Amino acid sequence: MSGLALQDISMRFDLPNGSSVQALENVSLDLKPGELMSVLGPSGCGKTTLLNIVAGFLAQTSGKLVLNGHEITGPDAERGMVFQKGALFEWMSVRENVGFGPSMKGMPRAEKAGIVDHLLDVVGLQDFKEKAVYELSGGMQQRVALARCLANDPDVILMDEPLGALDALTREKMQSLVLKLWKETGKTIILITHSVEEALLLGERLIVMAPRPGRIHKEYRLPFAEMGVGADLREVKKHPEFGSRRDEILGMIWDMEEEIMGRTEVAS
Amino acid sequence: MTGLFVLFIYVGIFVGAYLIVTRVIHPAAAKDYTSLKTVTFGDESAVRPNRWAGVISILTIFLIWGMFTGSTLLPKFLHAPAPFEGTLEFTYTAEAAGARDDATVTVIVHPREIDTDAPEVDPGDGFAKNDSATIAQWRTGLVRVDSNDEITKSDGAQVVAINGTPIAPGETVAIDNGTVTLSDKGTPNVAPSRGWQMEPLYLPPPEDVWTRTFTVINEGFRSFTLWEHLGYSLFRVVAGFLLGALVGIPLGYAMGLSNWFRGWFDPIVEFMRPVPPLALIPLVIIWFGIGETGKIILLFLAALWIMAIAARSGVSGVNISKVHAAYSLGASKWQIMRHVIMPNSLPEIFTGARVAMGVCWGTVVAAELVAAEQGAGMMIMVASRFQNTDIVILGIILIGVIGFGIDMLMRYAERLLVPWKGKA
Repeated sequence: MSGLALQDISMRFDLPNGSSVQALENVSLDLKPGELMSVLGPSGCGKTTLLNIVAGFLAQTSGKLVLNGHEITGPDAERGMVFQKGALFEWMSVRENVGFGPSMKGMPRAEKAGIVDHLLDVVGLQDFKEKAVYELSGGMQQRVALARCLANDPDVILMDEPLGALDALTREKMQSLVLKLWKETGKTIILITHSVEEALLLGERLIVMAPRPGRIHKEYRLPFAEMGVGADLREVKKHPEFGSRRDEILGMIWDMEEEIMGRTEVAS
Repeated sequence: MTGLFVLFIYVGIFVGAYLIVTRVIHPAAAKDYTSLKTVTFGDESAVRPNRWAGVISILTIFLIWGMFTGSTLLPKFLHAPAPFEGTLEFTYTAEAAGARDDATVTVIVHPREIDTDAPEVDPGDGFAKNDSATIAQWRTGLVRVDSNDEITKSDGAQVVAINGTPIAPGETVAIDNGTVTLSDKGTPNVAPSRGWQMEPLYLPPPEDVWTRTFTVINEGFRSFTLWEHLGYSLFRVVAGFLLGALVGIPLGYAMGLSNWFRGWFDPIVEFMRPVPPLALIPLVIIWFGIGETGKIILLFLAALWIMAIAARSGVSGVNISKVHAAYSLGASKWQIMRHVIMPNSLPEIFTGARVAMGVCWGTVVAAELVAAEQGAGMMIMVASRFQNTDIVILGIILIGVIGFGIDMLMRYAERLLVPWKGKA
């Protein structure tokens, strides 16, 4: 059985004061190979916890994760992760960063160089190959992070707000790049974002999570990612359904945020 | 008094140079981007050391040093008043059995290093006879004026006036180029005027230190050459520091990576860190004596905790995203150690190394002051015992220069080896 399956994932954090927080409750999902899913939700809904569990950085308190027929128990090269920022290795050049995964596997030099060169071409950083990563702009750094993840040829790519720290214009370009890479590589991608527009644009599937306990509130199947591949994303945004979906989801999240605020006000 | 005068001169040069440089020279200087900033007060990045101020500051120190030591490097008119040298004369009035008689005292004030004989003087008439004496510069001398008189103190003669001014025991009368104080027992104590210059015993002029430098370079000091003294100190610092780093860095890594190591060594490290290494000198001497072993162990201890703490905070300072990223790129624990944690902690370790080298340099000098056969600290300690102030000053300057050099070298190595420092 191929694909990624999340079966009744629950996560409870026990706090030092004896109380506990239910971060996730019975989250179940099935992702087919090559699916691109974006995850939205108000802060505190457990999106990042969910991603960390899939990445293997956290162990769920109950439930089961299955990828391509085997259970997930810890981090592995089959699940690559792209972070918002700060995860590149400053002591390495762009080339060394991208080649990190293959190096760790002990891949022969020539083969590795081929992969790195190809990916730097794909993300358009061939001219910056020998630069130190801290000399690059934020957008370039995220392109390095994407290339580094792809160099390892993972089955699943997990993105934790990968474009969150970029300015609006760079972000738009990077969204196109993500779609292009998704189509070209056929990877399964889970992308967490705070931006409703980004979730709509980059999600073949989109789940909206609700907080306390963190759970899947609503799921959509959307045509925009497919439409956006190789197209002008601004045109996609003009699609009438795009606007109505955006307003619907914004309202939904707005209501959840209101409810949280109300609850904290009552509590305090 | 002199100190206040030095302060006035210093402040005067400070203010004067500031006015001259800013009003006359600076407006002509090239304008860079910073000069276009309108808000500079409070903008630390707009504050750069003024080159002129730096140069003038150093020159001022040497100027004042030269002024108050009568340096030959300066023209005479810049010197502070020198101590009196030459012949001074005063008369005293002796009284015995109701009779009074005057006599003249001739005092030759000579530089300390030149021995001079008291001049022959004509005894003169009356029961009080003329006297002569010699006094070295900056010194005072009791002149037993009655010893050649016909009626001596034991016969009841008393000095009652100096240069015609009545005087009693304990009182002071000013004379040309000096003062005369009558001691409790009635003997005139002559103090030739000292001027405002420092005695070479306390502060030799710059050129003396300079020439002494070459003497010490050529002849060595206490059966070791200057380079051997400095070399020994440096060797101890480097050996102690390297040993400390060799043990401290792995220890710090272990403390940053393992609960057990953290729990085990935290109390020890946290206790030893605030103990100044100097406080360990007595114990180290008791245990290991004053030889090389003791010194190197002392410096090892000085560097150990600093390096351990630097390595520990280097590990805990790693952005967890980097470690996560490395794991999901397929790195093993050892590979994460080698390729993520170690390079990531290098900037912290370099900062620690700079601090440790500074502390070690200070500690070695202090340890050598206490007891050593050779070394920079021993050199100045022994020189001070023999009142070779020029060697003491030379030693202090060399210690400062070397300490500065070590820090520069560490900064250079840091730029070379961890160019990503502060860029994360």
